[in-house]
Amino acid sequence: MKNLNLNSKEDGLEEKKEDKKAQGHKGNREIIFTGIFFAILFLSMIGYYAYYVHENSRDMINNSYNSRQQLLTKKNTRGTIYSSDGEILAETLTLGDGKEYRNYPYEDLFSHVVGFSTKGKTGIEAQVNSYLINSNISLAAQIENEAAGQKNPGDNVFTSLRVDLQEIASKSLGVSKGAVIVSNVKTGEILAMVSKPDFNPNTILEDWEEYVEDETSSVLLNRATQGIYPPGSTFKIVTALAYLRQHQGDYSDYYYNCIGSYTYGNSKIRCYHGTVHNGVDFITSFAKSCNCSFANMGLEIDRNIYSDIISSLGFNQALPVDFIYNQSKLKVDDSVSGEDMIQISFGQGSVQMTPLHLHLITNAIANGGTCKKPFLVNKIMSAEGKLITEFLPENHRELMSPKEAETLKMMMEQVVEKGTGTRLKDAGYTAAGKTGSAEYNLVKEDSHAWFTGFAPVEDPEISVTIIVERIGSGGDYAVPIAKRLFDAYFNN
Amino acid sequence: MQHYIVEFSKYFIAFFMVIYTLESFIALFKKRDDKKTGIYIRQDCYIFLIQFFSYLTMCLKTGQIEYLFFYAFLQIALFSTLVLYQMIYPKNNRMVLNHMCLLLSIGFIMLTRLDFNKAIKQFFIAAIALALALIIPFFVHKLKFIKHLKWIYGPAGILALGIVLVLGQVTHGSKISYTIAGITLQPSEFVKIIFVFFIASLLYEKSGFKEIIISAVFAGLHVLILVASRDLGSSIIFFIGYLFMILIAARNYLYLLLGFVAGAGASVLGYQLFSHVRIRVQAFQDPFSVIDNQGYQMAQSLFAISNGKWVGTGLFEGTPKDIPFVESDFIFSAIAEELGGIFAICMILVCLNCFFVFLKIAMDLEDIFYRLVSCGLAVMYIFQIFLTIGGGIKFIPLTGVTLPLVSYGGSSVLTSLIIFAIMQGMYMIFYTEEKVRMQQQNRESEIKVKKKVNQFEEFEFE
Repeated sequence: MKNLNLNSKEDGLEEKKEDKKAQGHKGNREIIFTGIFFAILFLSMIGYYAYYVHENSRDMINNSYNSRQQLLTKKNTRGTIYSSDGEILAETLTLGDGKEYRNYPYEDLFSHVVGFSTKGKTGIEAQVNSYLINSNISLAAQIENEAAGQKNPGDNVFTSLRVDLQEIASKSLGVSKGAVIVSNVKTGEILAMVSKPDFNPNTILEDWEEYVEDETSSVLLNRATQGIYPPGSTFKIVTALAYLRQHQGDYSDYYYNCIGSYTYGNSKIRCYHGTVHNGVDFITSFAKSCNCSFANMGLEIDRNIYSDIISSLGFNQALPVDFIYNQSKLKVDDSVSGEDMIQISFGQGSVQMTPLHLHLITNAIANGGTCKKPFLVNKIMSAEGKLITEFLPENHRELMSPKEAETLKMMMEQVVEKGTGTRLKDAGYTAAGKTGSAEYNLVKEDSHAWFTGFAPVEDPEISVTIIVERIGSGGDYAVPIAKRLFDAYFNN
Repeated sequence: MQHYIVEFSKYFIAFFMVIYTLESFIALFKKRDDKKTGIYIRQDCYIFLIQFFSYLTMCLKTGQIEYLFFYAFLQIALFSTLVLYQMIYPKNNRMVLNHMCLLLSIGFIMLTRLDFNKAIKQFFIAAIALALALIIPFFVHKLKFIKHLKWIYGPAGILALGIVLVLGQVTHGSKISYTIAGITLQPSEFVKIIFVFFIASLLYEKSGFKEIIISAVFAGLHVLILVASRDLGSSIIFFIGYLFMILIAARNYLYLLLGFVAGAGASVLGYQLFSHVRIRVQAFQDPFSVIDNQGYQMAQSLFAISNGKWVGTGLFEGTPKDIPFVESDFIFSAIAEELGGIFAICMILVCLNCFFVFLKIAMDLEDIFYRLVSCGLAVMYIFQIFLTIGGGIKFIPLTGVTLPLVSYGGSSVLTSLIIFAIMQGMYMIFYTEEKVRMQQQNRESEIKVKKKVNQFEEFEFE
């Protein structure tokens, strides 16, 4: 009897369970849906938050509205900026009375690229500000500093800049206005970047008024990245690329007879200093920098192809860099008249370009069509030598096909072999490049001297882009600077 | 030494928060109640430890002795809440109780850090509200007639909101509060609860087309008055709460879909009609382009969050006070900055867990009225959290509502505590239902057994 009773109690429990299950199926489905609905909503919100914290925590501190910057500056001493050979480019020193000042041992040599941090922030000082004002020293050291009433040393920045190349570039420009960029083709590291006229960042506070008032020389402008120039004949690289793409198989059949000038409608253009090149093929047109031949090509090239080339090379677009620059500007479509088109085809007229952008295109040619992202900062380390962040080379994108790059490379080699860049011939290395003599003024015959190129041709390592304002031809004034830089690079 | 304590406290606080959160989810999936007691007790310990390390840090950082006294009173208040609930309502839901205490403590830690006077003010309100809330479960449990007051809830809610619209004070461009006898009230907070009761009492017997139309008219009125008062956040909370109550009452997803379509249409219309809506959207899209005016608050909130990263700066190490209204609308950003991303994410998860517990209570209830009330309150609770946190981190446009139990604001904390107390009442109703069911079943099985025994005896006799 007792046994039986127990069994039936269990029966009852089971029945109750089944009962609940059945009821749950019919009444709770919407509530479960509600739960899942909000769970998904919240998980996506948490995901967004996590992504945000992970991605954005660095850049925010640089905003001038963010007071945390001042807080960090009070706690930490600004870190040091080093060149790739370990020289100090910028450091913060503390005087006896506890006052701090920013010291730039090379004075005006690195003025634009390293920048300053006393009157606003520019250059590398601005780009990696958040690292410089953060300190990642150990907790024990922090406590020790606090006990001693001292600030913590900020993290140090290691750049790819080389003092020797920077010095050569700066000295070569001399008193001329202009800019030089030198970089490692394979990695995209910038080895030197000079803009003239320069200034002494140590005395920027005192000199500020003078610089701002002087509107003609734009001392504070970094001409290498922000200067907008007519690219002149260096732009024939772009036109040549467009012609190559349109005439993939038969560009070697090209022939033009240059008589020193070219007339189209109401406009007449001339080769540099009226030189007569006589009969030229595609490669010789490029090597000798024949304006008339390129005007001829410019009219023939399909505007759609030209326009595609321009946008794939990065005109009117953002460049893949972390520092301040200006965009190059150019529009080519059916609305552009023939007169304007012949100007554009050899880099005059409405073409506006920065040295940095031209440098990127040269790097892409030297690197088989793909351009590396240019960068200045290799790594950040704490004052105790712990690695905080490392910046590795990154591919930007393919600007042209490897085959096109190969052809352009060969053509640029011809410029040095038998064209306008012969001052680079017979060095201990092979070099390639393109000169330019850009007229900035319709009345005067004066020109900006350009050169962009790389070495050695077989396996390019180093590339340079040079502009010297208002001085003469690229072959005479820009190529020798390139030679000095290449010489210094290969002698080391 | 002090430096070490402060630095390690930061990690302890995050660590206890993480295990608290983990254990609350473990408890959610555990079937048997008696196995959860250990978890509950441990969670109480974590709550007290989080407060201990937080106040320790703050005292060491600032050297303020007042913080110590405040801490002592806070501990007494929370401890008595835990003990009294256990004594008066042995059958309370301890997870809900723990979550309530944890969220309150996080709020007090941040308020002490941000504005000590406001912390003290909030403490008095919370202490009174906690005492008041102690009797609510009893009322909800015992007073059966609350089901039948639909024609009181509806008009009362509209009246209360209407008064604010007409007589309310304008604060920051919205009319959301009015002052009686020196106390400033924000009626939309309380009306939330009344509204849920109204919809539930209207729909629990029958949820046919006619009832839904009536409910829609009343809900629309509520929302329109709130829109007219420029109380954007509340109007959306009412709307979403209503939609999900309809879904659960009518058990038809079509209504939800229809509601979302209508809501989307209304948003577009609102964007076109009201400049203050457009400003919010602009500040959402790119706060940095308008950082000088409408984007300032948003940008500062983002600065705070980015500065906090994963472990936070530690209390008194960040500058969350740069954010305007940080202690009410942007408390989450302050938490994210000083207590860190890990802590902040755990807090979101705790809120979500709380929502799940609410829904679980609703699912166990048999009476449709109570089910609807529980679901309505749960949805409003969780959606408000979504609005305030999502707005603060730029996930959605900002609407300016508080984080329940954490943010500063008397009406907000009082309403939240009442909601938690009502949910305790709901949980007790479930126990009563269960008891009745058990008795019934026992009786039935007894009869069955008797029958069987009779049969058996008969058989023997044969």
